[in-house]
Amino acid sequence: MATWKSGLFARTVLYILKKIWTACTDLLPIVLVIAFFQVVVIRQPLPNLVEILVGSVLVVIGLSLFVEGLEMALFPIGEGMAQALTRKGSLFWLLTFAFALGFSTTVAEPALIAIASEAANIAKTGGLIENNPAAADRYAMGLRLTVAFSVGFSILLGVLRILRNWPLHFMIIGGYIVVMGMTIFAPQEIIGIAYDAGGVTTSTITVPLVTALGVGLATIIRGRNPLTDGFGLIAFASLLPMIFVMGYGLIIF
Amino acid sequence: MGFLNNFAKDILLTCRDVFPIILLFGFFQLVVLRQPIPNLRRILIGTVYVVIGLTLFLVGLEKALFPLGNIMATQLSDPVFLQGSKASIDLTDWSNYGWIYLFAALTGFSTTIAEPSLIAVAYKAREVSGGSINAWGLRITVAVGVAFGISLGTFRIVSGTPLYIYILVGYVIVIIQTCFAPKSIMALAYDTGGVTTSTVTVPIVAALGLGLSSSVPGRNPAVDGFGLIAFASLFPIITVLGYAQYGQWAAARTHKKHKENQNEV
Repeated sequence: MATWKSGLFARTVLYILKKIWTACTDLLPIVLVIAFFQVVVIRQPLPNLVEILVGSVLVVIGLSLFVEGLEMALFPIGEGMAQALTRKGSLFWLLTFAFALGFSTTVAEPALIAIASEAANIAKTGGLIENNPAAADRYAMGLRLTVAFSVGFSILLGVLRILRNWPLHFMIIGGYIVVMGMTIFAPQEIIGIAYDAGGVTTSTITVPLVTALGVGLATIIRGRNPLTDGFGLIAFASLLPMIFVMGYGLIIF
Repeated sequence: MGFLNNFAKDILLTCRDVFPIILLFGFFQLVVLRQPIPNLRRILIGTVYVVIGLTLFLVGLEKALFPLGNIMATQLSDPVFLQGSKASIDLTDWSNYGWIYLFAALTGFSTTIAEPSLIAVAYKAREVSGGSINAWGLRITVAVGVAFGISLGTFRIVSGTPLYIYILVGYVIVIIQTCFAPKSIMALAYDTGGVTTSTVTVPIVAALGLGLSSSVPGRNPAVDGFGLIAFASLFPIITVLGYAQYGQWAAARTHKKHKENQNEV
């Protein structure tokens, strides 16, 4: 009994150490780059060394926990929901879920809130909207809702693509052409924000869920290859916000 | 005591971000599907890990990485540093900013390697492809793309050329590659473009862009500070598609050589 318990303990410790070691290797490049530039190029000592070390430890532990939780919860939930909704057979609920997932996670996204308020400031100082807080808030909220709606719609579109087996490259190329066309016509001030909005939408928690959703769908539907068809949802979620935000700019300005 | 207060506040903030997802899944599982949640205990523990892990990760980043990144971005674009031992320096000459380009490239590479979202996608890709896609190989390919993209983006800020030219050229390259690349990896390649710009990369890249466009005379931070993120999203697609095409070409060449050897025999 004692040996079994100590064996289990040793295995658990080994498992934890291995996870932490993986996180360390993931973070090593950043440490090396910063150390190199600070010590060799800028040649100044690091300020607040203690805080930096504490922060680094937190980052390593946090990343290890996150990756573990990823495999325990996020992936299974996403795939399980995809497969359960498919088995239920209701297209309406599947699409509603897809849209709601994209919309709800984006609307609460802190990076988006930050970008929207920054964009409102720029528009205010640029004289594009009235110079008062209410107008800026309305503009920022409009931007957030536009992006959230576009992400929800893109997840919905991505799910539909997997179900109907629409070819991905046609849709993506079509999307890029639309973006290029709108870039030519859209007001200068909204272009940078539109491009960045596409980049920040998919957060650290949304990405695994959406990926698991797509892969789960492609696994359970006959005739779909998970690798070829399961991905692509994130691609839409990065592309469509650009189109919608530029459209928002065209309408507002 | 102050640290614990801040920590509790951060955990609550992460919980607030996770809350819509919990509501959504809870509603769909219990109301729409009307099934109990399978493996509830494991999922609850996993979710707690995710929340605590993400909070620690973000707190650590804000304590350690972001202040450093900010300081370094400012120092590297400081005119005093750039001038060094030279008598005088033209601050708008793009060839003076070599360290910035190198810093941008290395930072882009290393933050992408650390990016949790990319780790998630790479693990899924490896699992789904039965191991034929190497998780590290994918991550390094994406990181190289981001490194090149951000470096090119900083060059753009310094030289002042408009954003849309670069993006349009990039899109054309991607479209051409799409016609020739193996279909199996296409969706994954496009996804990596959207995944790279996340928790770690965005704040650092934004700080770099804003710091640089504030230092270089004649650049408008409001307009030029954005756009680096677009570069970081676009170029990974090119490198991943390129790597897939190379793999395809190399495999075809080996196959052809093998056939020729067989025919000779």
